[in-house]
Amino acid sequence: MTELTGTAPAAGAWHGGPPAEHTLRVRELIVEMCGSAGGGHLGGSMSLVEILVTLYRSTLRVDPRAPDAPGRDILLLSKGHGAIGLYAVLAERGFFPEEELAAYGQPDSPFSAHPNPAVPGVEMPTGSLGHGLPQGVGFALAARFDNSDRRCFVVLGDGELQEGSVWEAAMAAGSLGLGGLVAVVDRNTLQITGPTEDAVGLEPLADRWRSFGWTVREVDGHDIDALRAAFDAIPADADRPTVVIAHTVKGRGLPYIEGQTRSHFARLTERPKKRALSTLRAQYRKAAQA
Amino acid sequence: MTGPVTAPADPQSAEAPVPSSREVYRDLLVEFLNADERVVCLDSDTGLFNGVDFGKGAERYVNLGIAEQNLMGAAAGLARSGRTPYVNTMATFATTRALEQLKLDIALNDLPVRIAATHGGLSAGHLGATHHALEDLAVTRLLPNLTVVVPTDATTTAELLRQAQELPGPVYIRLGRDATPDLPSDAPPVELGKAQRLREGDVLTIVATGPYPVHLALEAASALDAAGVATTVLNLHTIKPLDTRALVAAARASRAVVTVEEHWVSGGLGSTVAETIAELGLPVPVRRIGVGDRFAAGTGGQTHLLKRNGITVEAVLAAATEALGR
Repeated sequence: MTELTGTAPAAGAWHGGPPAEHTLRVRELIVEMCGSAGGGHLGGSMSLVEILVTLYRSTLRVDPRAPDAPGRDILLLSKGHGAIGLYAVLAERGFFPEEELAAYGQPDSPFSAHPNPAVPGVEMPTGSLGHGLPQGVGFALAARFDNSDRRCFVVLGDGELQEGSVWEAAMAAGSLGLGGLVAVVDRNTLQITGPTEDAVGLEPLADRWRSFGWTVREVDGHDIDALRAAFDAIPADADRPTVVIAHTVKGRGLPYIEGQTRSHFARLTERPKKRALSTLRAQYRKAAQA
Repeated sequence: MTGPVTAPADPQSAEAPVPSSREVYRDLLVEFLNADERVVCLDSDTGLFNGVDFGKGAERYVNLGIAEQNLMGAAAGLARSGRTPYVNTMATFATTRALEQLKLDIALNDLPVRIAATHGGLSAGHLGATHHALEDLAVTRLLPNLTVVVPTDATTTAELLRQAQELPGPVYIRLGRDATPDLPSDAPPVELGKAQRLREGDVLTIVATGPYPVHLALEAASALDAAGVATTVLNLHTIKPLDTRALVAAARASRAVVTVEEHWVSGGLGSTVAETIAELGLPVPVRRIGVGDRFAAGTGGQTHLLKRNGITVEAVLAAATEALGR
């Protein structure tokens, strides 16, 4: 019913320059948005950066110039509080000019703190947790009816997995054998009150997904080569959905907040913002020299 | 004035002469599935489709199991992909258990999902309070973008479903469980979004929605007419968008308005009518018949529960008499 128009780039190739340049720029944009009057979800956006950059620069068949092209791959950010991470990646990828992000948090700006489909590239509004994977079941079913190989990637938070609707969808997708459905879990191990395992434990997480009929891959969620390899190998089995458990660090990129629960939300005034930006650049230079 | 009243036979104990609204819906959906490639039937293991031959539409019937949140979310994903999903569950599960998915996944995105909600009102009968839906009209009429319809009999079910087919946004269709009486054969054609005027009169207006409430309204109107109270009966089968024009015209021409619904008396038809009349400052008293602020009393079939909970011709007559100050 909806065939790929040919405008979308092929999956698997790398569209862009050195990955570290892209992730640096994305993190700078996230920090800038956290410097707005309303602040932003810093920690869970920083943990997402490599996952989303890899998806948008390599894995997804999407065209920044034609974000609504029929037949494109679908990405749903089910952990909607990572919106500034998504906005930053979309802007940096060219879906819209980066300067537009300056409107984040301003009255009537499309850039609300949870994904707004008025922003080019945002497929569905999310925010209340546990909604993305059921929607993904629908997108994957539609692809099946269309005899299309288009895929749907649903990026979930790990704390989000405490929502029962996630497992309703996981059970259905496993049972229906939806090979076009991919869940990516941002396993940064922290939720608002502390470690996920101290709230309502998720482990053994891989076994849980496996028992629901999913192929499980575990990967360092900050290693772009590893993420690409994992995403490119999907689906290992055309009749099974895949979950990529991406082990990440909340607040990644700012060592003084990494792995800390308090990184969840930040309203950065001028000085902490400058400190964050210079920290990011220093790390980039250090890595480039190594 | 309160003459003898013969309540309709309990369809659970009698031979049903006509199909129930959910059976009409089921048969029509098979037609839609075969006529339109976009149509998808998402089931939540309702059993409504047991033994149904879907023909070439069979691959677009999917049983997602007993999981209504996933049902609604998946419908949104399908609709966003160009499909027209018909989702099947009971009214109370659609509007309370999966309300957030209905609100955020479907209504917020204004997607063409059709929610076939069976067991509306007290039609679940002896299945009890867990299966009664006395809140669904209140809940659904709050949601922007959602069209809300309550078919009255087999014919109006088919008509309204056909008319809803091409609506660009979501539609909530409240269906019953068992067969209910047909509307009179001289009822005017039903038109989605337009009140159906079943009787004309210039003293009182009775506004009703749903099979039994509309029949109670007609029965009460006939008794009132005989007593010299000329009564208009409006069937508001479309709760949203509300046919304000017809409602206001009838209210302006009447000395009182009585509403009848198989729903909690707050939040549904009676509330939308009262709000409309109050806001326009129309000088007519409004009385509402429905289930009061309690879970439905008693156990048993639909017609028994209606009587037990005061949704009766007598109640309509008493409300009319009181409102008219007679």
